[in-house]
Amino acid sequence: MQTETTIDNRLDQLFKTKKSSILSIYFTAGYPKLNDTVPIMEYLQDSGADIIEVGIPFSDPIADGPTIQASGNQAILQGMSVRTLLDQLQDIRKKIHIPILLMGYLNPVLQYGFEAFCEKCRQIGIDGLIIPDMPLAEYQEIYKPNMDANGLFNIFLITPQTPESRVREIDNSSRGFIYMVSSASITGAKKGISDHQIQYFQRIRDMDLKNPALIGFGISDKQSFEKACEFSRGAIIGSAFIQVLSKSVNLKEDTQNFITSIIA
Amino acid sequence: MKVEVDERGYYGQFGGAYIPEMLYPNVEELRLNYLDIIHQDDFQREFHYLLTEYVGRPTPLYLAERISEKYQTNIYLKREDLNHTGAHKINNTIGQILLAKRLGKQRIIAETGAGQHGVATATVCALMGIECTVFMGELDMSRQKPNVARMRLMGAEVIPATSGNKTLKDATNEAMRHWINHPEDTHYIIGSVIGPHPYPEMVAIFQSVISEEMKKQLLEKTGRDYPDHILACVGGGSNAAGAFYHYYNDQRVNLIAAEAAGHGIHSGESAATTVLGKPGILHGTRTLFMQTEDGQVIEPYSISAGLDYPGIGPVHAHLFDTGRAEFYSATDDEAMEAGMLLSKLEGIIPAIETAHALAVFEKKKFSKEDIVVVNLSGRGDKDLETYISWAKLV
Ligand SMILES: Cc1ncc(COP(=O)(O)O)c(C=O)c1O
Repeated sequence: MQTETTIDNRLDQLFKTKKSSILSIYFTAGYPKLNDTVPIMEYLQDSGADIIEVGIPFSDPIADGPTIQASGNQAILQGMSVRTLLDQLQDIRKKIHIPILLMGYLNPVLQYGFEAFCEKCRQIGIDGLIIPDMPLAEYQEIYKPNMDANGLFNIFLITPQTPESRVREIDNSSRGFIYMVSSASITGAKKGISDHQIQYFQRIRDMDLKNPALIGFGISDKQSFEKACEFSRGAIIGSAFIQVLSKSVNLKEDTQNFITSIIA
Repeated sequence: MKVEVDERGYYGQFGGAYIPEMLYPNVEELRLNYLDIIHQDDFQREFHYLLTEYVGRPTPLYLAERISEKYQTNIYLKREDLNHTGAHKINNTIGQILLAKRLGKQRIIAETGAGQHGVATATVCALMGIECTVFMGELDMSRQKPNVARMRLMGAEVIPATSGNKTLKDATNEAMRHWINHPEDTHYIIGSVIGPHPYPEMVAIFQSVISEEMKKQLLEKTGRDYPDHILACVGGGSNAAGAFYHYYNDQRVNLIAAEAAGHGIHSGESAATTVLGKPGILHGTRTLFMQTEDGQVIEPYSISAGLDYPGIGPVHAHLFDTGRAEFYSATDDEAMEAGMLLSKLEGIIPAIETAHALAVFEKKKFSKEDIVVVNLSGRGDKDLETYISWAKLV
């Protein structure tokens, strides 16, 4: 049973209106500086990003490579937490109209309180969550009711090793889109896109899933973005953008230049 | 309430498999196969053959008369220190390498803190001729040089974990990341009853040989196959799980776990998880661990590297939660005193991890008739430097 809400989720609107080359950008909240979160979101929207994924830092991010780890550690040291992030995002919908997802590991969210977290997300206007270490069964039994009640879509990951039957199961439980991890790897691994990966992209495309898919992990530039977009509705860039932020002297210009280099 | 694991890997409210999708196929492959493989006759034959001929089991259950006299009770030592490589860790690595072979894996990875589990893994990989990579915190590598050398001597590659605080939890993160990047040919040998299901139960099953032997030995020596108390130290909790396993649901037996209090429970430098920890999700399992209000993991501290883990395995969180086991903690100094005492009274130098269990005799009074088994999880050779500097021996 789904307790559908009256809120029209911005992800659904986006996928209805934009059919291809959807660009989603991930960055770590509170990085490079604690209060950069909101300005970076504005620069991303102004430069033409379609979705923003705000990362909640965790001390032990087992699915992340060195770039995202380092940004998370720095953000934690600077005082970033679930509480601080939700405070920073309090009035975000006065500025940002594109879909916003929060992405992070389950523990910091549980310590905040899952129910309170979901309610706060609804108040703020968050569209969905990506929690890579939340198991499917536990999602369905424990977490889904709260998310549904607050209009939050749960975004699941699939990988090249995910068996077909499980891809179907995940598709049936998903709303918004499916996060297609491009290869067997942690974030930030950059190997270009191989024939092997293309076979996997084609295999998933041919499954004709109910949900659209976005390809992420290892997407870093125009070339890999466009390649991914040939096989899916769009792609997600994280580590490559965080690397830009880590060296940035002018966040606005550097964000603009980076996004332009991908989609112009 | 019965202590047992359910289908999804929970002991009461603790356990489960909280893993990113990238690890799902590997962990699922294990979950679906581990019990079948372990119960096969040829697996059991090979496992017990190696435990007997290579590891040196069964380990003695020794009535330690002088320390019994001192504490006015009956103390039996389960001598896991006499295993090849000097600790209980090898019971698990023998089991997992045989399992990995049957799953067709060609490479082994492991995490290690003090290096004991890394050495036990490098050992079985040398034995089987399988490539071995061990992740070890950079800080731990500099603290535990002899074990780094042992692993390398046996052909293992030791990779420093440079993320986070560069200790055991970071080595565990690195091993998991490596496994994500090598999902098909690699098996990850986790060294304690931690991690996503089925690891905690699987490791406990391999370590349960400890309580299996204990039952027979107690029957021979005391006329009944159970003690009144079993005492073991808990880092992640594998030696304790092995010593408790066949008595989990035998209420005649009091289970006692000893954690490391470091410089004192509230000193800010401790690893006393049941006192300082809260339920949460770490390394793929729901368990008790030390964390900030924001849910960031707190780096533990103990003089013994093997107890220097921020959490405890889910089965121990459950034993604590339900009151099935009693938990004590011992400070660095209390453990060192206890280690010195056993050395002097019995001529057995225990690992400092184990010494935390021995320190419980100063905290809890046992009766003259009680039969108390201490799981002597390892020997103190690896800790000689620490004994030397703590007691100013040279
Ligand atoms: C001798 C000894 N005892 C105990 C431990 C702690 O591990 P566990 O709690 O899994 O038995 C270690 C870990 O290195 C050890 O070497």
